[in-house]
Amino acid sequence: MNILVNEEARAVTAGTLAGLVEELGFSDARIATAIDGEFIPKSARRQYVLAEGMRVEIVAPMQGG
Amino acid sequence: MLFYGTRLSSPLMLGTAQYPSPEILSSAVRQAEAGVITVSLRREAAGERAGQAFWALIRELGVPVLPNTAGCHTVREAVTTAHMAREVFETDWIKLEVIGESDTLQPDVFGLVEAARILSSEGFRVFPYTTEDLVVAERLLAAGCEVLMPWGAPIGSGKGLNNLFGLRALRAHFPDTPLVVDAGIGLPSHAAQALELGYDAVLINTAVAKAGDPVAMARAFRLAVEAGRLAYDADPMEARDMAAPSTPLLGRPVLG
Repeated sequence: MNILVNEEARAVTAGTLAGLVEELGFSDARIATAIDGEFIPKSARRQYVLAEGMRVEIVAPMQGG
Repeated sequence: MLFYGTRLSSPLMLGTAQYPSPEILSSAVRQAEAGVITVSLRREAAGERAGQAFWALIRELGVPVLPNTAGCHTVREAVTTAHMAREVFETDWIKLEVIGESDTLQPDVFGLVEAARILSSEGFRVFPYTTEDLVVAERLLAAGCEVLMPWGAPIGSGKGLNNLFGLRALRAHFPDTPLVVDAGIGLPSHAAQALELGYDAVLINTAVAKAGDPVAMARAFRLAVEAGRLAYDADPMEARDMAAPSTPLLGRPVLG
């Protein structure tokens, strides 16, 4: 399935958001996720089914003012 | 003054961006004896894990973190970013920025009030980056904010406190609300001035990070906020237009 991860086109095998996080190597990482502009909490990733063309955002801590 | 029930160890809030290296950032935070450090969120590239290294550094510093919504221009973006920040940083504190104008980076105060209302109702403790406008300040408090963060000058400009009258009026109108000058401070003297006005804290980033020696500048800011706080508590004299001799005239010999 083709989706956008942080605006980059990717072909992924995962069917859920939790699966995607694992596939990208972020299982143990401190990250947060959003799909199509909507925050998806960690607790909901396992139930969240991915669909073709979805826009996934994965963010992590960064320096800020 | 308490910030949502928490007493900060120092009135100096320090941003973590733009330092020459992570080591210099750590040393600057320690020299500043910062009461809070601000942090943000950005996209994490698979395989790079830059955010994970930064998170480890923040944990090691042991200073309370205040995540921001920097770069957000809409209510929706800011609210979603706040939710992501709450999960990542495990805090309900959020420095709410809704930017309205690209040249001055001044807040969109209409969007700010709306986002503050949404986030406050969802249990966030909102630190709104605002202007010194009294009416906007009233609306923010009505929206659930218990702290106000007016700008001194545009973000990163280093111009200091541009509207002393406005900042003084805000302090006088809201004697019981914690007030923080956020943005525009360029020199320790600006920070001291904010504390002398009775402000409860200052938030500084560029002035420390972009100094030739950020660690020394961090210490200078620590001393400045300490001086400013002491001066405010010591009840400064009133300024006057005409001179007044400080040496007593009584007993002066007649020599001419």
